[in-house]
Amino acid sequence: MSYVLKLRIWRGDKDGGEVKDYPVEVSEGEVVLDAIHRVQGTQAGDLAVRWNCKAGKCGSCSAEVNGRPRLMCMCRLSDFAEDETITVTPMRTFPVIRDLVTDVSFNYEKAKQLPSAQLGPRDPDGKRRMAQVDVERGQEFRKCIECFLCQDVCHVVRDHEDNKESFAGPRFFLRYAELDMHPLDTHDRRELAQGAAGLGMCNITKCCTEVCPEGIKITDNAIIPMKERVVDKKFDPLVWLGDKIGLRNKDNEGRTEP
Amino acid sequence: MPTTDRGVTSPGRARIEERTLRRDRWWLQPLATFVVFSGFVVFATIRAFMGRDYYAEPYLSPFYSPCLGDCVEGASDFGQPFGWWPLSAALLILVFPLGFRMTCYYYRKAYYRAFWLSPPACAVAEPHGSYSGESRLPLLLQNAHRYFWYAAVLVGLVLTYDVLLAFRPMPGRYAVGDGETSGVHMGLGTLLMLANVVLIWLYTLSCHSCRHVVGGRLRHFSKHPVRYRLWTWVSRLNTSHGRWAWYSLFSVAVVDFYIFLLATGTIQDLRFF
Repeated sequence: MSYVLKLRIWRGDKDGGEVKDYPVEVSEGEVVLDAIHRVQGTQAGDLAVRWNCKAGKCGSCSAEVNGRPRLMCMCRLSDFAEDETITVTPMRTFPVIRDLVTDVSFNYEKAKQLPSAQLGPRDPDGKRRMAQVDVERGQEFRKCIECFLCQDVCHVVRDHEDNKESFAGPRFFLRYAELDMHPLDTHDRRELAQGAAGLGMCNITKCCTEVCPEGIKITDNAIIPMKERVVDKKFDPLVWLGDKIGLRNKDNEGRTEP
Repeated sequence: MPTTDRGVTSPGRARIEERTLRRDRWWLQPLATFVVFSGFVVFATIRAFMGRDYYAEPYLSPFYSPCLGDCVEGASDFGQPFGWWPLSAALLILVFPLGFRMTCYYYRKAYYRAFWLSPPACAVAEPHGSYSGESRLPLLLQNAHRYFWYAAVLVGLVLTYDVLLAFRPMPGRYAVGDGETSGVHMGLGTLLMLANVVLIWLYTLSCHSCRHVVGGRLRHFSKHPVRYRLWTWVSRLNTSHGRWAWYSLFSVAVVDFYIFLLATGTIQDLRFF
């Protein structure tokens, strides 16, 4: 069963552009990226689009479909009525290069600012050991495919270009949380998360969680726990007192600021 | 449309005029939140300032519990240390549950979206020119959430005690035991208070700060098996924190309104025994 999809695609570059109509024949079971490829093959050979695995695992084909940040390869046409118009635009938080391709280097700059894991000394037999339960805790965070849809939807930078300098974004709060929960990491990242990464600017409106194609509970499992850890370090006088008189457990002992 | 130096129309970004291209009813959820929360705030404010019709033996309204001010006879199970307080006794105690809910991570999401439009919905441009989030005063005070949680646990204990009292013997022909003074009683008010306190505990124990305190702040789950087990339980509850937030908000209002109707003599309590 095929039908003609009323597809609209934003065409242009940093100097300007517009949404153009590309009616295209599509078939049952196809996704938005299939339709885009058919347009590219039959109507607009110069249409720029970034894609790779077509399986929701490479994070390349991020765009906005009817205003919602989505992976085009995971966006089924069957989720829309056949007579519905589908508008595809590039991600609106990052500078556009051409058509559906954006410059996501903001994210790589933020990644560079995040100190990597600093592991302590090895066990006498030359190995490092973690209990399975501690390994499992971070697995959810490692599902991230770096599609940057969470970064795209986050209103802190989407609606405020000036915040980009001081705000790392949900993808990197995920990384901060993963490393801060890591039993072998010797860095204490709480000050850094609040200061350099701008964790305090997040107002936990959960859009990052809503758009994550991997279903990572970014807000509940990474950002909020990280905010609570920052409270331990910076804002809670009882924790400070407990540390001073030795009542707190020694979980963070020996960790240093990166 | 001219480009500006901020937001989705910043220079360099794809030039699209609409502040959002979403065509679903994205405005429905913030609007519903706005209407319901506003309704609750109006109701709770009126009831809190009324200073009367909050006790219908043996039921005490959760808005007035514990009743520490100049309360009606039988309502003060913990004395009246603030008997000199000239205003409604609810104002003495409501600051704690109010603070708990105002700083709650779920409610923050809900009211930032519905009341402050920051953002109104995902990928819908917000109307504000600048944004500093919770990094400055007064929103920096949201970090005190765990202290309100400590208070909320105490309030939860008091409300649980109130439910026990709501089972206490009541005179009447359905009384068990020797009639006037012993046995137990249960009416619709008892059931409503019981349901309310269950929802209050689900909301309180599913709190993100609770999750952090019981075990989330650890780096080595393996070294703290009991706390890890507690953390997994709280984590399970935590996935529905928003639901408990709504349900317990409704249940508090329903219980208070039921007791108001009893206290004003508008209705009689439905007695089961």
